[in-house]
Amino acid sequence: MPTRTSGTRRDAGPGHEVRHHVLSVLVENRSGVLARVANLFSRRGYNIVSLAVAPTEDEQFSRITIVVDVESSPLEQIVKQLDKLVNVVDISELDPRHSVERELLLASITAPADRRGQVVELVQIFEGRILAVTHDELTVSLEGHPTKVDDFEEMLRPFGILEIQRTGRVALPRLDHLGAAAVPDAS
Amino acid sequence: MELNGGQALIRALEMEGTEVMFGLPGGAILPVYDPVLDSTIRHILVRHEQGAGHMAEGYAHATGRPGVAMVTSGPGATNIVTPLADAYMDSVPMVCITGQVPRPAIGTDAFQECDITGITQSVTKHNFLVTSADDIPMVIRQAFHIATTGRPGPVLVDIPKDIVDPTNPASATGWDWPSDDEVARSLPGYRPATSGDPEAVERAAALILAAERPVLYVGGGILKARAAEALHELAELTDIHVVTTLMARGAFPDDHRLCLGMPGMHGNYTAVTALQRSDLLIALGARFDDRVTGKVAGFAPEAKVIHVDIDAAELGKVRRPDVPIHGDCRLIVEDLVAAVRRRQAAGAVTPDRRPWRSTISGWQERYPLAYEEPQEGDQLKPQMVLEHLRDSVPEDTILASGVGQHQMWASQYWRFRHPYTWVNSGGLGTMGFSVPAAIGAKVGRPDRMVWAVDGDGCFQMTAQELVTASAERIPVKVAILNNAYLGMVRQWQEMFYEERYSEVYLSPDLPDYVKWAESMGCVGIRAESPEEIQPAIDKANEIDDRPVVVEFRTDSREKVYPMVPSGKSNDDIQVPPFQAGGGVGTGEGGN
Repeated sequence: MPTRTSGTRRDAGPGHEVRHHVLSVLVENRSGVLARVANLFSRRGYNIVSLAVAPTEDEQFSRITIVVDVESSPLEQIVKQLDKLVNVVDISELDPRHSVERELLLASITAPADRRGQVVELVQIFEGRILAVTHDELTVSLEGHPTKVDDFEEMLRPFGILEIQRTGRVALPRLDHLGAAAVPDAS
Repeated sequence: MELNGGQALIRALEMEGTEVMFGLPGGAILPVYDPVLDSTIRHILVRHEQGAGHMAEGYAHATGRPGVAMVTSGPGATNIVTPLADAYMDSVPMVCITGQVPRPAIGTDAFQECDITGITQSVTKHNFLVTSADDIPMVIRQAFHIATTGRPGPVLVDIPKDIVDPTNPASATGWDWPSDDEVARSLPGYRPATSGDPEAVERAAALILAAERPVLYVGGGILKARAAEALHELAELTDIHVVTTLMARGAFPDDHRLCLGMPGMHGNYTAVTALQRSDLLIALGARFDDRVTGKVAGFAPEAKVIHVDIDAAELGKVRRPDVPIHGDCRLIVEDLVAAVRRRQAAGAVTPDRRPWRSTISGWQERYPLAYEEPQEGDQLKPQMVLEHLRDSVPEDTILASGVGQHQMWASQYWRFRHPYTWVNSGGLGTMGFSVPAAIGAKVGRPDRMVWAVDGDGCFQMTAQELVTASAERIPVKVAILNNAYLGMVRQWQEMFYEERYSEVYLSPDLPDYVKWAESMGCVGIRAESPEEIQPAIDKANEIDDRPVVVEFRTDSREKVYPMVPSGKSNDDIQVPPFQAGGGVGTGEGGN
């Protein structure tokens, strides 16, 4: 079995593993900056797997978490090119072993009365939540490590997914890696 | 002090030391043009916005100061995209002001609206859409700071009309000129590198002293860093040969005993082969361009690489350096000089480089740049025209060129003796560059003679700027090498497309270049036979009150040699057929 990597399960068949990198990019929080960052990837032919962006504790800055599927050598080039963007303040590549990563999934599932119980049980096992219920549909949410979210999505699939939206991963360096006291990580 | 945004913009340009700007007004930029009348800045009215951009580039190439161009929104802005891309590729400091439709109209497909910051994102070092009149002084300061520091480049500032239009209350602003500190703090993500890592400099110095076949591979970055003197010192101290790339011609004098001239696709045999056989490349402000390396896998296979560049992204982009040094070329070359001196004083021994020097001398003797003597009745040899021109002008003459065969011959056959005397479009390869670039260079350096060498194809792209030159009394001189073809394309079709000449013939007589020149207020001269070359040049050199165009009728069969065919290794360099006898030439290598 190939190692499962979040967000790319579908292209990562046996012997066809795609290497992923997670970049955490601190940028100035102003209009057009996301376009500049995204442009740089498309112009060099790199595919962004997922991207999440929001302001940081300091409203002057935003943090963009980018998952990109490149080999390590072009990654060095793209990091250097990113660093040349005037609005990019800081870039770090997050090693999954030394970072905490989370993703949120929302999904609407076909769940007629006779199968609703199974879906509810699944959501409970994964510690997800049920957000809305109709006669034959459920909307559920799950927050967790991207591989856990992958697994959840996989398990939901046989019930019939009507609509699904994932946020793409957000990540921060793990505190113990920075020399602070170790914090247990649920993932 | 109360002023409007347009006045603030012009005042900010004055505060940045702008002496001259190149531009063409239009609807959206109209309010900024009004205060131009009251400004100390000389404005040069071009005939096409592309001309304004290339003039600003020529000015920057020749002076080292940022070129400034100003145009209107929409088509005015899109017409200057090519010069921006050109300046971006060749790291030319330039600030371009574009008009934009009023803020409330942005995004409505208004008349002459275009998203120029979006369009130019990938061809500028940075760009700004200014959204408040109060921001204008800071944005102009940021623009000049970004354009001129680190790896220089073009910066575009897009100005919506309502924030500069005095009839609009939104244009009212105070005047607050930010300090250097405030500018630096306003750009938290912009930290241009300066000095290099001392430990890397030491490792580089050790490699330099230990190398048997070292070559200084010098690129345009040396000129951008104002490092020609430091380079001279390093070369003489270490006694290492120098190649100057197309962008670095003039950074090291061609008549110096250590100068090997230009490497690359049309570099001379010795420069190309010295890089190829070297055991140490000291790359200074060079970027291992494909036109220099040929097939990368086969480039300088035995060489270790020291790579000095102010742009970290160049280090390892094409060739992984053994010693990367990130920083300003001038500071690092000075550090290298000091480090080598210390090591020499401490008794460092350099291997015997006499065999390498004699190998190089052998190549130089066997494969000089050369062309076949013309036969009776032949049209002019372009190389001969350039030799005459070279020998008839002051040695500090600034030479501009377009793109193609004439550019290569100009670079090959000129003898550059001073930095900043060569103005050309290297990275983007922009046909039509030379006439406006020469005009910009002459505006920046009115004390120098400025010649443009152009092809007939290039000339037809931007010749209208000679009207600008005549009107503004900018006495540039243009030598058109008229071979009636898009010559470089013709050369490739002859060599690689079985002489199938598709859409490259231009006609020698249409247009009539002499009449065209005269109609634009220039003196027009034509030279068709070898005896006419020198008198035509002499006459042109005597005229200093208006532009001159000299049309030389040249031989369309002439090809640029040597040549490393595209995608081939530099080992496959082709010398001209008459030099290739005795198994010499293709794949000959370092014998």
